[in-house]
Amino acid sequence: MRDIAVVAFSQSICVADAGAVNEVELIMPQLQAVYDQLGLASAQDVDFVCSGSCDYLQGAAFAFVAGVDALGAVPPIRESHVEMDAAWALYESMLKIRMGHADSALIYGFSKSSPGELPIVLSQRLDPYYLAPLWLDIVSLAALQARMLLDRGLVSEREMAEVVVRSRRNAMANPQAQLAGEVSVEALLAEPAFVAPLRRTDCCPVSDGAAAMVIATVEQAQAWGKPYALITGIDHRIENHNPCLRDLTDSVSTRQAAEAAGVAGGAVDIAEIHAPFSHQEILLQRALGLGGDTVINPSGGVLAGNLMMASGLARVGEVFRRIVAGEARRGVAHATSGPCLQHNLVAVLEGV
Amino acid sequence: MQATEHLSQTFELGFTYTRSTGPVVGRFLTGLRDRRIIGNRGSDGRVLVPPVEYDPVTAAALDEFVEVGEEGTLVSWCWVNEPRAAHPLAKPFAWAMVQLDGADVAMIHCLEAPGEDALATGARVKVSWAAETIGFITDIRCFTLLEEA
Repeated sequence: MRDIAVVAFSQSICVADAGAVNEVELIMPQLQAVYDQLGLASAQDVDFVCSGSCDYLQGAAFAFVAGVDALGAVPPIRESHVEMDAAWALYESMLKIRMGHADSALIYGFSKSSPGELPIVLSQRLDPYYLAPLWLDIVSLAALQARMLLDRGLVSEREMAEVVVRSRRNAMANPQAQLAGEVSVEALLAEPAFVAPLRRTDCCPVSDGAAAMVIATVEQAQAWGKPYALITGIDHRIENHNPCLRDLTDSVSTRQAAEAAGVAGGAVDIAEIHAPFSHQEILLQRALGLGGDTVINPSGGVLAGNLMMASGLARVGEVFRRIVAGEARRGVAHATSGPCLQHNLVAVLEGV
Repeated sequence: MQATEHLSQTFELGFTYTRSTGPVVGRFLTGLRDRRIIGNRGSDGRVLVPPVEYDPVTAAALDEFVEVGEEGTLVSWCWVNEPRAAHPLAKPFAWAMVQLDGADVAMIHCLEAPGEDALATGARVKVSWAAETIGFITDIRCFTLLEEA
């Protein structure tokens, strides 16, 4: 099997409202940044391009096609899209390379979430007969999950606040973060409920932005002559779309993906976990089997800035950045999709 | 300088066609119209409400229907202090996971209650039907507490 490496990554600064900037204008600076990191001229210099986005955010079928304008698709390129977080575009790109159909791939994810009411927009991706007509928003779904964890004593409100404190603190060193600063557990616990038992601080912010990555075979990475990190394992598993048919106090699909990706095969220096709600980070850390030796979400994670449809890819990018900077030797990246952690992807990255 | 005039156009996002809900979802929705709640039995014997077309574990097609009660137990809930415009209830309310009597899994719907303090996991609740039932999930207007805690 051909070894595949991450060779470039860039992410925009998470902003609550990008104003008049459109999706293509959000994507282009990130594409240019990864081209610059490798000395590429354009998307013509990679073999395959795959993007991740959500048409519901733009409110029109095939809205993602407009994103291709950021690439300049003439002369024709080989291109694909997933209606998922771009972490799954990374997965598709890896399959393409492993099959021998490409030696390099450009991956990007983007969203402009600010124009709509994101939790309500996402309610329309739920079961179309049983749940979507109720406009059951995703914050409330996460709150139902949090209540179960609290009721069973698996998580405490204090532990949830501690996750937020660490996220905001770590984000102070992350120039792309939207929410950063020193806050105390006591101050967070004194905040009023948003959708009880969740406080607003337990929920990720809504952010506009994009992220881009280039992956390649090790041979191609060495030809480019830039530092890279190997993707030594990747796997994704999905659970039932009906949250009532799952054990919401565990993440079985994350456990399965972590095992298949080989998380336990060595020490994990850092982990970037895609947890849009504070209680989910605790749940996922357990499902990934990570102990006290692992630094969790050194970037602050998505509680500090959530680029919908790019946050999962950005978790992989954050681990890549720290490995090539020499801050970590081996790291785990996790991406999630769907209500209450329905679908989970786990990747293991290692330095060379 | 003149005030900016914004171009605007109403736009309804939705199916522009009708479709059949099929023998499983359709059976449940037709049941609601008649103010009855119909689930089905999974391969492991569990009664699933609302019914599912394929078994969540084995993916086998499921065809044994089971009627369940209108009363049930609160499995989880969250309190919406500021309902959103799209939400089904205008006053503060709860989203609830309710396991109906005779069912082995919970279903999610809204729950009308006098306040957050009136609710507790394990509380008994019952269906409050819409004034007019049409074969839609909102035929269940909401759940209400059977006895206020």
